[in-house]
This record gives sequence, structure tokens and C-alpha cells, in this order.
Amino acid sequence: MTPAKRKRQQVKLLPKSPTGIPGMDEITGGGLPKGRPTLLAGGAGCGKTLFAMEFLVNGALQYDEPGVFVAFEENAEELAQNVASLGFDLKELIKQKKLIIDYVRIERSEIEETGEYDLEGLFIRLGYAIDSIGAKRVTLDTIEVLFAALPNQAILRAELHRLFRWLKDKGVTAIVTAERGDGTMTRFGLEEYVADCVILLDHRVTDQTSTRRLRIVKYRGTLHGTNEYPFLIGKDGISVLPITSLSLDHKVPSGRVSTGVKELDDMLGGKGFYLGSSILISGTAGTGKTSLATAFVDAACQRGERCLYFAFEESASQILRNMRSISIDLEPHAKKGLLQFHVARPTLYGLEMHLVTMYDLIKEHKPDIVVLDPITDFFAVGSKAEVKATVTRIIDFLKTNQITALFTSFTSEEDAPDQSVVGISSLIDAWISLRNLESNGERQRGLFILKSRGMAHSNQIRSFHLTDDGIKIGAIDLAGRRTQLNQP
Amino acid sequence: MEKSKPRPRSRRTQKTWELRLYVAGQTPKSLAAFANLKKICEEHLAGQYHIEVIDLLKEPQLASGDQILAIPTLVRKLPEPIRKIIGDLSNTERVLVGLNLREQS
Repeated sequence: MTPAKRKRQQVKLLPKSPTGIPGMDEITGGGLPKGRPTLLAGGAGCGKTLFAMEFLVNGALQYDEPGVFVAFEENAEELAQNVASLGFDLKELIKQKKLIIDYVRIERSEIEETGEYDLEGLFIRLGYAIDSIGAKRVTLDTIEVLFAALPNQAILRAELHRLFRWLKDKGVTAIVTAERGDGTMTRFGLEEYVADCVILLDHRVTDQTSTRRLRIVKYRGTLHGTNEYPFLIGKDGISVLPITSLSLDHKVPSGRVSTGVKELDDMLGGKGFYLGSSILISGTAGTGKTSLATAFVDAACQRGERCLYFAFEESASQILRNMRSISIDLEPHAKKGLLQFHVARPTLYGLEMHLVTMYDLIKEHKPDIVVLDPITDFFAVGSKAEVKATVTRIIDFLKTNQITALFTSFTSEEDAPDQSVVGISSLIDAWISLRNLESNGERQRGLFILKSRGMAHSNQIRSFHLTDDGIKIGAIDLAGRRTQLNQP
Repeated sequence: MEKSKPRPRSRRTQKTWELRLYVAGQTPKSLAAFANLKKICEEHLAGQYHIEVIDLLKEPQLASGDQILAIPTLVRKLPEPIRKIIGDLSNTERVLVGLNLREQS
């Protein structure tokens, strides 16, 4: 480190080395500390090697920073195979001199120890690899293997200390992976050598659903998010999902979009929902949530817009059949490719995986409207807080892409009817509540607008009919007293 | 870089011992390792061995071939299987065990 950098009043912020991993650079404010080692600790199978490899591959491809991967556990061939499914062509990178994989194999049984030694050989190998391609990034995965291979811990610890010092002097940004220990951060206490940045990866199973999480334990000299962030290993590699979007600066379109029901449009200031807004339809069983949602979809598809419908309870064909009974025919839209269904039981996989599937499908289908029917099903796979976090992320993602989102939410009869079970009411722009009203020995469906941000809207409870001829909204008849429809 | 002087009294079958000593510069440890190795070979393998000293400071690219981490490392290339002895070779007993010149007691 130069004396200038050691000055107490650091004017320049800590330089960072972007990981290129979606979400990671946001929570670290730009990446890993440049020119310093970072410790990446975690249990078996939590994605350490992949994280480290992505750091190098992205460095080579996106930031023009070649990298050296020192592998203690797997050879170059195995590593290349493991990440080939993510679209990383390590062999090509090696050919272009953007990456070197140095497989360090040490066999305890082959080695006899007699007297003093040091690990200069490792330093020379690493130095040679770094210099031969001008590497800026280095990964050591995982150096703890040395503890099993070399019996003399005193020498090893002294040498590791020297190694991390040496890496800093070399000015390379390094990731050192380490196995999680029992009650300690790493099994061999590597955290005492790497002091600049410590990241913990974790793979947890709660209620038979597994979630991967990432936490920045320590990051000297910088602000960082302290939460546990769920992360995913999807088909493009790792993506870290910050629970809440760090900025609330999506562009807000002011256009309007019809609800598909004339009377409901009238109730919403005559024009329907805002484009790109988040809409919630809540209601007890059999109140017509899905019907109202499909009416919206039908109208959108007739205008030639694209819709993506995530159904968690009914199959696509069942929805198509049922909606035909109220003369909403979605089949032509599906055939034209405007409407796409994605049917999956929520319990099929964890919330994170649902999220990544949605992201992928949305990116692929590029819809104008996304329907999640119903979001309450997510409670089968996550706690209230987790579901809220997930829905928040979906909403953030959709808003950023200016996609109108429609969620249905199931309210049980015992709940207070307006209680939003998901607790996401504050995220919702327009909320339509459906409920059963019983009076005079008859059940009626009632509909009212609980909220609709940024527009004048009706305060009335209206009757809501599912007829052979579609959805009809009319005046309500409560104990013989009709509401006046012309009132606001 | 060094070759032994062939001596007439050979106790073992005529096989050549190919030994490689990896060092990094002329450090005390490296020099000690070489001296110790030379002595042991003269005593036990006279006339049947060949020592090649590789200085990784001069030829760093050779470190990965024999999977060298520790310095000094002695590699017994022949007879097979490959054996590695790390350290300055100051413990003669262990070197002999490591080279398979003596049964482990």
C-alpha cells in the first residue's frame, strides 16, 4: 500500500472491483474491495466455487480483468464441466489468455515431511500465473485443503499470513473460499487472515424449502447492506436479490388501462387502472377473483397486449373452460401467443426459485400484464415476512419494467374481510375487494374499491354478477334499499 | 546439476534413482536440503542416482508439473511411484522412509 493511501483522511473512497453478479454489486456499493482479499465462507454446496468462478469469468468478459483460479479441490476439466451449463466457456477464456486454472493437487500420503520448509513454491506458481496473463483477480478455492495435507500447522499459518499479505502487495482482488466451521465462521480460522471483507453464504432448509442466503459480515471502509440476502443459482449463474429495491425511482407512466369491465372502469374515474400499476383483487372463496382477473386479461389481449398468467391453483385448461362459462374466451389469445399461462404449484420449489422463474419468463415473454393467481398460495412455502419480501421484489421488478401487475388474494371467511393477508397493501396501487354479502336469504357478490392511488374513485359497494354474458356490476340491494348508482 | 561419482560397491539391484530437488534461490533451507540429500545418496545409493536441482525462481513454469507447493521439495521420479519429501531433509531417518529405502518402523 502506498503511503498516500494510508493517510488518515482518506479522500478517495475505497476502490471496488465489480463482481458482475446481479444484485451483488448493489448491496456492496460497487463490488469487492479492489486489490484486497475477500473471504467467502460457507458450508458444503452453498455455491462458493460458483461465486468465485463467476467473479473471475465476469472480470475477464466484462471488465477486462484477467483472472487466476487456483483450485485445490477440482481440476480444470471438472471445473469447466461444472460451469458449462451456465454458459461459461472456460476453455475459450483460457485460450484467450483471460483465465488460468491452476489445479493444485496435494496428496497427504505422497508427502513426507523432514525439517524446515515454506510454501514459496505456491507463491511462485501463483506469481507466475498472475504475471503471465496480467491477472487482476485471483481465487483460491479452497486453501483449507492445505491444512489436511500439511501436518505442520505452525508453518502453514505463518505462510498463509504471508500469502494474504503478498496478494495485497500484488494488488490483485482475491476471493479466498473457506468451509464453514462448527460454531466458527471458518473451520481453520481463516477469518483472522482476511480482514477486509468477509461474505457468508448459507444454504438453509425451512419447512422443506431450501433457500440460499448471502450476508456481508464485514466490509472495511465501506457502507454495505447488512441483511441476509437470498440468492439463487439460476440458469445464468448466481443472482443476489436484495429484499427491497434500493431505489424507488421507477418511471411512472400516466396512461390508463381498462379493467375489462365497463362499470368498473367507471368506478375508477372512468378510465380504469393506471398502466404499470400494481393491482390487488382480494376476496373470500367463490367471489369471482379469477373471473375479474381474466376479464382484465381478455380486454388487454383484445387490444393486442401481451399477458403472462401465473396460475398456482388451476390448470390453464381449467381456467379456459371455466371462463368460457361467463363468455370470456381466452383460447384465441393463448393460440396467438399473446397470453401465456405458467402453471406451478407453489410448493414445487422455494420462493426464490419461483421468483427466478418469474423473472426468466417475464424477460422471455415480455408481457404488458402479469397476473399472479393467487399470491396467497405462497404462504405454503414461506412465512409472512418472506412472502412480503418476495411480492415486494416482484412488484419492484414489474414496476421497473412498466408492467401492469394483477394479484389475486384469498381472504378466509374468519379474517377481517379487508385484511390483506399478505400485508402488502402499502405496495398496492389499486385494490378491489370482493365479498359475499348475505341478506334477505340471498347471497350477493359485492365489490368495492378499497383504494386506488392517484385517481378519484367510487366509494360505493356494488353488486357483482357473473353471468352467461360476462361480468356485470350493478347496484346493490341490501334489505330492499338500493344504492343510488349515480352517486360517486 | 550434480552427478554422483560411480562407485564399485553397489548393494542394490542396478536401478537408477531419478531425484529432483526443487528450490527457490540459494536459501539456507535449500542449501541444507541439497547437502543433506547428497550425503544420504552417497551413503545409500552410491552410483545409482541422479539429482536434478530445479530453481523455481529461474524456471517458475516447472512448479505446476510436479505439483510443488513447499520449498524445498524432493521428488523421487524413479523408481515409481512418485514420492515427495518436503523440508530441508535434516531428518535422515524420515528421508530414508520417504524414499522407501527403509521400512517404516
